Amino acid sequence: MLSLSIKEVSAALRDGKLSATELCRRCLQRIKKTRHLNAYISVTEELAMRQAQEADHRMLRGKPLGPLDGIPFSIKDNFCTENVETTCASHMLRGYVPPFTATVVQKLMDQGAVLVGKTNLDEFAMGSGSTDGVFGPVRNPWSYTSLYRTHNPHAADPDSDWVITGGSSGGSAAAVASLSSFLALGSDTGGSTRNPGSLCGVVALKPSYGLLSRHGLIPLVNSMDVPGIMSRSVHDTAITLKVLQGVDEKDSTTVKVPDPPAAALPQDFDVRDICVGVPKEYHAPGLSAGTLREWNRVAAMFERAGAQVREVSLPHTQYSIVCYHVLCCCEVASNMARFDGLQYGHRSAVESSTEALYATTRHEGFNDVVRRRILSGNYFLLKQNYERYFMKAQQMRRLIAEDFRRVFSSGVDVLLTPTTLSDAQTYRDFIQEDNRTRSAQDDIFTQPVNLAGLPAVTVPTSLSSRGLPVGLQLIGRHLQDRKLLAVAHWMEQQMDFPHIHIHDEDEGDVEETESARQGHER
Amino acid sequence: MAASCSANRAVLNNCVKLQIMCNRHHCGGIFIRRIWTTRSKCQLQSKLQCKSAPQMVGVVALEIHAQIQAASKLFSSSRVGFSAPPNSHVSFFDASLPGTLPVLNRRCVEAAVTTGLALNCKINTKSLFDRKHYFYADLPAGYQITQQRVPIAVNGSLNFSYLVGRKRNEVMTKSVRVRQIQLEQDSGKSLHDDQRSQTLIDLNRAGVGLMEVVMEPDMCCGEEAAAALRELQLILQTLGTCQGNMAEGQLRVDANISVHHPGEPLGIRTEVKNINSARFVARAIDYEIQRQIEVLESGGTVLNETRAFDSKTGKTVPMRDKEGLQDYRFMPEPNLPPLFVYEGLASVPDGVDPAHAVLIDRLKAQLPELPGVKRMRVMEEYGILPEHSFTLVNEDGLIDFFERVVQATVMEPRKLIGWVIKELMGNLNQQNLKIRQSPVSPEALAQLLDLLESGFISSSAAKVVFQEMWKAPEKSVEQLVKELDLGLISDREELIKICQKVMDAHPDLLQVIRGGNKKVLNKMMGIVQKESKGRANPVQLINILQEMTS
Repeated sequence: MLSLSIKEVSAALRDGKLSATELCRRCLQRIKKTRHLNAYISVTEELAMRQAQEADHRMLRGKPLGPLDGIPFSIKDNFCTENVETTCASHMLRGYVPPFTATVVQKLMDQGAVLVGKTNLDEFAMGSGSTDGVFGPVRNPWSYTSLYRTHNPHAADPDSDWVITGGSSGGSAAAVASLSSFLALGSDTGGSTRNPGSLCGVVALKPSYGLLSRHGLIPLVNSMDVPGIMSRSVHDTAITLKVLQGVDEKDSTTVKVPDPPAAALPQDFDVRDICVGVPKEYHAPGLSAGTLREWNRVAAMFERAGAQVREVSLPHTQYSIVCYHVLCCCEVASNMARFDGLQYGHRSAVESSTEALYATTRHEGFNDVVRRRILSGNYFLLKQNYERYFMKAQQMRRLIAEDFRRVFSSGVDVLLTPTTLSDAQTYRDFIQEDNRTRSAQDDIFTQPVNLAGLPAVTVPTSLSSRGLPVGLQLIGRHLQDRKLLAVAHWMEQQMDFPHIHIHDEDEGDVEETESARQGHER
Repeated sequence: MAASCSANRAVLNNCVKLQIMCNRHHCGGIFIRRIWTTRSKCQLQSKLQCKSAPQMVGVVALEIHAQIQAASKLFSSSRVGFSAPPNSHVSFFDASLPGTLPVLNRRCVEAAVTTGLALNCKINTKSLFDRKHYFYADLPAGYQITQQRVPIAVNGSLNFSYLVGRKRNEVMTKSVRVRQIQLEQDSGKSLHDDQRSQTLIDLNRAGVGLMEVVMEPDMCCGEEAAAALRELQLILQTLGTCQGNMAEGQLRVDANISVHHPGEPLGIRTEVKNINSARFVARAIDYEIQRQIEVLESGGTVLNETRAFDSKTGKTVPMRDKEGLQDYRFMPEPNLPPLFVYEGLASVPDGVDPAHAVLIDRLKAQLPELPGVKRMRVMEEYGILPEHSFTLVNEDGLIDFFERVVQATVMEPRKLIGWVIKELMGNLNQQNLKIRQSPVSPEALAQLLDLLESGFISSSAAKVVFQEMWKAPEKSVEQLVKELDLGLISDREELIKICQKVMDAHPDLLQVIRGGNKKVLNKMMGIVQKESKGRANPVQLINILQEMTS
């Protein structure tokens, strides 16, 4: 039941084959059984059951609110929720209960969706592993499949060789992958939704900048942040996008959706009308052989199906990491200035002076990663440095955006790229490097998209030789999210990617993949 | 309002008087000592004239923060109110709760454009917002949203006039360039409790829209700066873009001051922050000019620093270090798209709702008559003196009152101006009332003036009635005249009776008159008027007296 798509489970709810309360209860049980994943920071059990009951009342009256009515979902713990703690996985906001709800969360609730919990992340979404939050790292559910264990002899002990989810929205990805949520919201600033989506084998969309409201999303980099959508199918993602998109008067950067059509996905899609670009600069150092193989395989598949596939060039790609780093630090330094312990959040006991209170509050409240970025950002913004760093980065950002514009105006509809360099690393390997180096390595395929404000989606394509998911990324034109999803939908249908299979829920036992469906595993 | 107006007038008065003295006693030694303690531009100059070295002059530029008169704040929907209970007008955005975003208030943009137009500015059809960072307890976000790179209005001018001369009846006209007008957020307020070593924060003001009007260093002394400020205040009030009450902080002034020898590059400047009345602006600037001259003359150097004006001592003092050198780490505000305003309906692009667009030509068409134009008009239209036009236009609401009286009475404007400026304003000032609080309405005053004009009452009687009207506004003018028995006596028999009585009492005077000294007739008339309490119709009276004494 939990591995059904939203479309399927929604039909079951309407037909009365299943009640929303039963569905919600199952998800809550699942959360408890998968607690070792550390996917959730808070579980909103009471609220969820109440919402589910309301959904059932509507179903009984035959008046469901829409395709998401009664569907359990979770959100990254950097979306504000009225009366529900919102921590950003930071000491700074521990115990902080916002007085308002983020627009995108409210929209889901207004559609009858049932909030089951708030998911784990890197502190203030700064990271690519979901390992750097105060609540500890998130574990990738695929670490616990028998396939992974048989392929990795050291993984016999489930507590030693588990793999990371990627990040920073790792909790949301783990929640969807481990079947405790049908849908989850992440946030995506440099790849934070797509990266864990890819490593956890779920569909993860970073919409066009301006399509979804950021009101209530605690910012990382305002000019790049977008709420991300994670689900187990492109169709489910499309349904959700349709609900969430549109102008929000509380976010002045939102834009009008060009003629929203009735259906979430176009009906008349023909892959033969599509031109797929393959950027040559994305053959980056560190790209694993397995992922490269998948990239080539899928590109060939498009070609065989009649799509035009061509190599394209995005020459400024190599500068995106450093450009992102400067802009990110600057906005972080600015955005984090409000956390001074006066209005809300952590406040230090040191009150010898206002300055001392600020300093110790901020020292105690933020982890090293956040503090380093604040320090760098303030350095870049100093009057004598501004032109050398911030201005240069802004110029580079325009050049990167221009690269994409040129490629798209040459007739390319979507770009096909890897999402990550490889499948998920073990936690043990991952923490060998510091956060800054890891982010720089892990986000190279995803960051340029954020700099340009484009939509991009990762779709799981196969399992790696280690039995872990591999995903590929499709990048679309600005505000052409629906068309992008149409291509992704076609691609997904060719893939036959296995869901995590739940063996026997009552035993609460290990998850296994359906080995029968792993035809492409080599 | 009233307080700052009268304060301003006092400044002008003070300076003008001293200037006269300067002219008379050119550089008298004793005089210098005396002006030394009172600090005025005029005195400074006279002191310097005594020196053999070429004269140093002050250079002054003002930066004025004007709170935009709007129902809600610049980027949030919380209300704007001066005396509301602490922290009662604070939205989630104002308190900088994470996840909140700024939403620009169109009314504030319109106010800035309107003000820009009134100050002859070029309106930038595309302007940008920036973040200015500093840590302060009453700045909850840790940054202020302002317009550092591209402000909404640039390259304007403020034209202003003020009265000089012995009788304050000579008009001096000046123009100061306005560099820019930028939109920005106000901060909250901190209240320091030193005894308990705590700071209380009130965020009601946090996020209120400000227009920062930045002027070029085109002024030379406190008097001029105060006059410019006063004119700007009037313009803003006329436009309705700022209430301009300095006591409530709706208008706050920073003055940049330096001194130099004319023709040489500008000297190092200091900034005197947050001066809260026009009078203090004049005093702070003149003090600071004199201080800098002294520093330089004694071989020192002026430090580029921020200073505060202490109104008790009349001195400026350096502010604490943290207020000094700061790197504000400016950055574009990423949550606000560029601010577009349009020349007119035709230039609004597709996709922008014209109902929500700010249109320059529409705002231009709605500009009210500005004070300078109004003064010229009333002088020409009513034939009144320049100094009267200043009082009429500068006092909030007085011109309206005056024009209503003019409309309702047969008396000529030139003749009735004194009634409005002396009698009415005198009474109002005495009781510290605003014009719209006047117990005597323009119509009632007009009725009184009609009675005077028609000869029904005398001028002195009219003054008595006016005071009674003030005390008993519910009574009509006729009623009061009747009750006080102040109507002119035009009855011939009654007049003869009174004259006879007076002649009987002063046979000596009668004799002199009959002896041919007609001058004494006037004295006799005075006695009769006294007897009749000023009620005798003067025209009739003279005829009767002439008859009776001949």
